[in-house]
Amino acid sequence: MQKGTKLALMFAAIPFIMLVFALPLVNRIEPVILGFPFLLFWILAWVVLTPGVLGLAYLCEKKYNAPDKGEDE
Amino acid sequence: MNIALIIIFGTIVLSAFVGIFAGRKVKMNLENWTVAGRKFGLIIIWLLMAGEIYTTFTFLGASGWTYSKGAPAYYILVYGALAYTLSFFILPALWKVGKRHGLHTQPDYFIKRYDSRSLGIVVALIGVFSIIPYLQLQLAGLGFIVEVASNGAIASNIAILIGFVLTCAFVYTSGLRGAAWVAIIKDVMMILAVGVVGIGVPLIYFGSFGKMFDAIIAKAPQHLIFPGSSPNMDVTWVMSTALLTGLGFYMWPHVFGSAFSAKSDKIIKRNAVIMPFYQIPILLVFLVGFTAFLVLPGLANGDLAFLELVNKTYPAWFLGFVGAAGAVTAMVPSAILVLFASTLIAKNVYQTGFNPGAREETVLRLSRLMVLVIMAFALFFAFLFPNELVPLLILGYDGVCQFFPGVVLGLFWKRVSRTGVFIGLIAGIAVVAVLILSGNDPFLGMNAGFVGLIINSLITLGISLGAKPKESLV
Repeated sequence: MQKGTKLALMFAAIPFIMLVFALPLVNRIEPVILGFPFLLFWILAWVVLTPGVLGLAYLCEKKYNAPDKGEDE
Repeated sequence: MNIALIIIFGTIVLSAFVGIFAGRKVKMNLENWTVAGRKFGLIIIWLLMAGEIYTTFTFLGASGWTYSKGAPAYYILVYGALAYTLSFFILPALWKVGKRHGLHTQPDYFIKRYDSRSLGIVVALIGVFSIIPYLQLQLAGLGFIVEVASNGAIASNIAILIGFVLTCAFVYTSGLRGAAWVAIIKDVMMILAVGVVGIGVPLIYFGSFGKMFDAIIAKAPQHLIFPGSSPNMDVTWVMSTALLTGLGFYMWPHVFGSAFSAKSDKIIKRNAVIMPFYQIPILLVFLVGFTAFLVLPGLANGDLAFLELVNKTYPAWFLGFVGAAGAVTAMVPSAILVLFASTLIAKNVYQTGFNPGAREETVLRLSRLMVLVIMAFALFFAFLFPNELVPLLILGYDGVCQFFPGVVLGLFWKRVSRTGVFIGLIAGIAVVAVLILSGNDPFLGMNAGFVGLIINSLITLGISLGAKPKESLV
């Protein structure tokens, strides 16, 4: 496996950890942040951060993986 | 004729024309009809996939769940983010295989990868049986939206019939391209409708989002954390359901097939990065559900929460606009669903199973004919059994999720064996069917489909480890 793919997979684990495995720890109302109960705020924050995390994964693949040849335009 | 009716009809007729127009200059062959000639760029792929995700369930179901169940509805926000993260790795690899071997459908992939026509036929049949309730749900949702938005002036069955005719017309003529063009209209209207209502109603009734949540905390705080106001949707259920639906999302035959329509694997990878932004409107749908929870308590049908709140708050023309947005929101996924279900039957049941020598024009002609047959079938069931939809849809979702090991292991692991995938798939489906039909969903707090997927994966892995390696496609 190429280094860029490995790094990308590590980034991709973040949404799974935060949005699934962390849920038992964040299942509460307090503290209310920006008016949102904590559980909803947590989920919302990580959903909004996911494109950023995937963007980093994309850049890692681009930087460390050998360029793809052929087939795509 | 009232203003709401004019807006609803104007919109759906205009959408159908746009859809028909989309295919006007294209020479129709199977490649152009099912995967739009593999020509779609970043924006249109984004809109198309969003068109598949934002169905009437998102519109009515997500607000309805927030209204009647509360926090468990959050799984809808979560699973999308998980599905897009996975698609970052899966779809580009899949696209390359599709391009290299000229694949159009999900069973095409199974046939090529596992060198087994019977596996392809089984996958096609599971796909079609899963799609039909999904299609019925869209048709029923369309009827429901138009009936409420027109204040009962148009009966639900008439609305369904009109939507059915118009959708068939543009799928028949333009294929996937038609659906993608109508998806543009749908997305703009949906975002406007959800934006105005989602931001509007909490502010109108409470002054701010924070004050609205304060009111819920004062009235029913348990509504805001798992298991919400539901009896059995605790955090284990939410975790397993979000995982299952996240893993399974791209296993729907129509979503899977749409990936082939992209111009390149890079387009589809960049698309995965920007997809999660599309989840933000779901938050607004939740806010509508929460506001309705406070403002309109005691609705007999929670799925009505969105429309009833709009009806109570806004002028009639805006209710018409929301109804029109909702109707187009049902038409786009219906179009894509029926298109892929028809191709599965024509290409992967008829051609693969009975007539391998069939010419491409014959398959295309049969696919187009099947559009009418499958829609008529869904329509018939939507009229006859309107209340059996949701359990069937759950069974369908749990069913397509069982494709996951065969698809993903097939892309990245040389050793995965045909027998392993076949037996795993059948075992997974059997477990799901037994658990759901015997009333054991959730099982030990977990979603039944998730239990099936674990057993399926273990069997596939176990048998594959004992089998001979096969040439990989990637």
